[in-house]
Order: sequence, then C-alpha cells, then structure tokens
Amino acid sequence: MLRFIARRLLQLIPILFGLSVLLFVWLRNLPGGPARALLGERATAEDVEAINEALGLNDSIFVQYGRFVGRVFQLNFGTSIQTGRPVTTEFLQRFPGTIELTAFAILFAIVIGIPLGYLAARRHGGVLDSASVIASLLGVTVPVFFLAYLLRFAFSVELNVFPGSGRQDVRIDATHPTGFFVLDGLLTREFDAALDAFLHLVLPGIALGTIPLAIIVRITRASVLDVINEDYVRTAESKGLAASTIRRRHILRNAMLPVATTIGLQTGLLLSGAVLTETVFAFGGVGSFLADSIFARDYAVLQGFILILAVVYVLVNLLVDISYGLIDPRVRVR
Amino acid sequence: MTGIDLGKKERIDRLAQLTATGPDEAGVSLTRDAFRRLRRNPVAIIGAILVTVFVFVAAFAPLLAPKNPKTLYLLSETTPRFIPGSRDGFPLGVDHLGRDELSRLILGSQQSLLIGVLSTLMGLTVGMALGILAGGLGGKVDTVVMRFVDIMLSVPGLLMAITIALLLGFNQFSITVAIAVTQVPIFARLLRGSMLAQRNSDYAVASRCLGVPTSKIVFGHVLPNSVSPVIVQATLSLATAIIEAAALSFLGLGNADRSIPEWGSMLAEAQQFLTVAPRLAVYPAICIIITALGFTLLGESLREALDPKFRR
Repeated sequence: MLRFIARRLLQLIPILFGLSVLLFVWLRNLPGGPARALLGERATAEDVEAINEALGLNDSIFVQYGRFVGRVFQLNFGTSIQTGRPVTTEFLQRFPGTIELTAFAILFAIVIGIPLGYLAARRHGGVLDSASVIASLLGVTVPVFFLAYLLRFAFSVELNVFPGSGRQDVRIDATHPTGFFVLDGLLTREFDAALDAFLHLVLPGIALGTIPLAIIVRITRASVLDVINEDYVRTAESKGLAASTIRRRHILRNAMLPVATTIGLQTGLLLSGAVLTETVFAFGGVGSFLADSIFARDYAVLQGFILILAVVYVLVNLLVDISYGLIDPRVRVR
Repeated sequence: MTGIDLGKKERIDRLAQLTATGPDEAGVSLTRDAFRRLRRNPVAIIGAILVTVFVFVAAFAPLLAPKNPKTLYLLSETTPRFIPGSRDGFPLGVDHLGRDELSRLILGSQQSLLIGVLSTLMGLTVGMALGILAGGLGGKVDTVVMRFVDIMLSVPGLLMAITIALLLGFNQFSITVAIAVTQVPIFARLLRGSMLAQRNSDYAVASRCLGVPTSKIVFGHVLPNSVSPVIVQATLSLATAIIEAAALSFLGLGNADRSIPEWGSMLAEAQQFLTVAPRLAVYPAICIIITALGFTLLGESLREALDPKFRR
C-alpha cells in the first residue's frame, strides 16, 4: 500500500512541472509585459530597460524560471489589484465557502443519485428507468449557469423562499473563527447565523449538484445492471438469502466501486470548477472571485488561483486513487 | 469539463475498448450494419433532425433572419425597467438595446456552429496525431506522449480553457483554441487505446510478418479499424464545445465586440435584466440545450450502433 501511494506521489511531479511551465509562459506573455504594466503606456525605453534589469527579466530564461518556481514554493503570487491584498490571503479566505458549497452539492447528488440509479436498474426498461436516462442526458446538456439562473429566478426572485446571492445575510453580524459559515454558526452557538448560511447554500448547491447527480445516476444504473446479472448474485438468491442482505452485501457493495470513484472525481472537479455557479449567485467563494478577476484583468489572482486549484484537483484525484486502493484490494495488485 | 468527464481516463479507455472493431468481424461491413441500426433507432433520428435543423439555420442564417440583428429598432421604447416583448414584426420581442431577438438567435447559431466545428476539428487533428504516434509506434514514444497527455488531462478543463483563452486574448478564435486544447488529450487517449487493441490482432501481426512497413500497417490497417470511437467522441464533443463556448463567453472571455450575436454572451447579458425580461435568458438557453441535446443523442446512438455488443 505504501509503495502504491509513493508511486502515485511520484506521478505528481511531471504534472506539477507541466503546469508551472504553462503558467510561467503565461506570466511572460502578459499584454505589454510587466514593465509596461508597472510603468504605464507612456514609459520611455530607458525606464522599461531599467525595470527589466531590476526585475531580472534580462537574465536567461532558465534563471527566471528557477526564480518563478522559488516564489511559487513560498506561495507568493503577488497581490490582487482589486483588493490590494496578497493572492494567497484572498484564496484562503474564500476557499472554505467553495468547500461548503461543494460538500452540499455532492451530498445532494449522492442522496438522490444513488437510490435513483439503483431503482432505475432494478426496473430496467420501465418508466422510471427511461425517465432517469432522459433526465441524466438533459442534466449534462443544460448549461449549468442557465440552471443557476432558473433556480435563482424561480425560488429567490419570484417566490422568495431561498436567498439568491452571497453566503450570509449582510445584516447578520456573526463571528467567523474557521471561515466555514455553517460550522462557525454551530461552534459559536449562533444558530440563526448557521441556518442562514445553510439556506444560502441551497440554490447554488442544487445548481452545482445537477451534473454530478446526472453522472452518478448513470454510473450507478450501469454498474448495478452489470452486477445483478453476476453469478454470485444468482447464487445468493438461490441460497435463499434475504433480499435486503443480497442488496446490501452482494449488489451494492460491488456496484458502488465505480460510483465511489465518480464521486471523488466530481468532488475534485467541483472544488475547482464552481466558477459559473458561484458567479450567478455572487457566492463569494473562490470561483466567483476568479470570474471577477477575469473582468478586472487581475492577472496575479488568475495565475495564483488557477495554479492552486489545479494542484487541489490533482491532490483530490490522488486521494481518490488511494482510497480506491483501500476499498478495492484488486487495484493494489495491479 | 462540462460534467461529462467522469473518471476521464477510465471512461475514455472503456469507450475505446467497447467501440473498437473486433478483429474477426465477417459478413456485412460494420459501417453498413451500424448505419442500418442507426436508421431504425428513434433516438438517432431525433438527434439527426435536431442537428440538421441547427446546421441548416446556421448555414442560411442571413437569409432566414427577418431583420438586421445589429439595428437598434426599438431603442427609444427600451428602458432598464421595460423591454418590449412579442409584437408585430418582432415575434420574440427585442433585447435590451431594442434589437430583434429572433434575428439575433438565428445569427447566433453561426458562432456556435463555427466554434463547435472548428474546435472539435482542431482537437481531433492534434489529438489523433498524438494518438497515432503513441498507438502506432508504441514503446518509448508511447510512454512520452501519454505522460504528456495525462498531464493535460489532470488539469480541470474549465481552468485550462480559461488559462488558454486569457493567453490568447479576448476573441472568438481564442475560445475556439481553448476548447480545442481541452479536447486534445481525450482524442489522443481514445485513439491510442483503440489502436493498441488492434496492434496485436491477427491481421496486423500477419502484415508485420510479411514485412509490410510500419507506416503502411498503421495507416492502412490499424487506423481504419480504430477510428470508430473517435468518431463517436467527436460527435459528443460538438455538444460539449457548444456548451463550453457559451460558458467562456458567459465569463467574459468571448468576443469583445458584443454586437455580433452569440448565444453565450446573450445569456450573460440577459442576467442584468432577469427581473424585467427573463425570456431574454430563456431563448438563447433553449437554443444551446436543443443543439447540445441533438449532438448528444446522435453521439450516444452512434456509440450504440458501432458497439459490436449490440449487433444483431
């Protein structure tokens, strides 16, 4: 098992290297170059040259790359032009919100997706089955930001049952020791604040959860269909085992393996890709700040956030691989 | 990126495995058989109709559009609190600048088709080149190419697309390239997988024994038998590309010239007027959904048709 983990960790190195080169190239190709960005459009050639010298831009490209990597390792991505604060600070302040949202979305997808997929497979060819197939096809073709619009319009603007923007009502003056607003409310016993933060998760969480939901239904259905026709299930049935035992120990336990991977991969994707949903709901997580930075041309934030999020995604995938090795002993042998 | 990448690697490999042509097929050619089954599948027919309508509208958009999509017809009647709806001459009403909504939707199909087709073609070409290198030559080349492809796969697609679009500047072309880049690793891995499955089949081994040069085996024998999963994926990619193009222009990465109608940016603009005229968001969204659904249905039924498991 340790060797398995070590091998996976080694595979991280080329990925991180490739990413860093991409971002380095990007940094060097900023419109006008860093000197122009600092000095403005009317800088003289001598001034530009002086800045280039001072910033070390006249050194060889390898020296420059080395310095860039050095800065990245110190998590120094510069400061945001929108807020004037370090990029890393901005990220840490917003990431808990994105984690909360992702957790809600994934739980929503699991709680509905797995039973639905299972029932669809058990009633293969029936109405529920066809409906779930069509719904899951629709789920992946509806643009997520449009779904977010619809939910916001219907439940927030028209019916006003759920809040449609932000992470917490501005009138609530809650303390935030951890940055996870729901958790904060519970910890500080400000239960109304916790409830309010939770209600703010509902609409964006559902919007964000639909794609994972569609995929989980599809995978669960396909996987259960594969398993119920296996010999060992028929054997269990002919032995006269209780239906619930067969369902739990023979069918679900085996069918859940691919579903578990899917859930893990989707979690990684949501953590890094809630940009669209967060923007519609002005959620104030990592994603909406990333989108704001596109409009503000805040390149420091864009680079820092994208690199950190890509690393988070890679790490989550690594965890998924490792946990898969734990759940399914067959994987470790390969 | 837009959700269809569940366990990217596993999914791609499985697709390659499922839809690769078996080595010992006899009788009716697989293509003909697939086409026959495709014609009988209602899902495929619905998909084909949707796609045909979309391509037709895009191709003849300037002729079909009843009005000039750039003219500000009813600007004087349009206020931030009131946008005229359906009326004579404007069946779907006008947008926030008083332009004819129907004409803008019709013209918008061109951008979607252009981005979808171009990005898929680019991704397909580069991806297939890499796939042929890896799957055709095998060995060290395979290892190097696939490491590279895996690195590309390990970055979330939307982030990758945003990075590339930012690098190339704010226009339609950069969106196209950005989407193409996210598709490259998928095509490469898919083709490589299905070519590896063919490499050791009897006919490939036989040609190798006869001394047929590698290039001829690869291009003459292995490749033609390995492309079906790639065709399926290309159809599905068209749907993804259209949704992604909309997402990128929604994020403001699209064309800086907002007068050219495009579904994604129309949707983004409509957000400001959601309470006044929600229909402005609904129309372009419906167009995106229907088009993407058409390609998805066609792709899914193509996959079924080409899958030897379903052969009767």
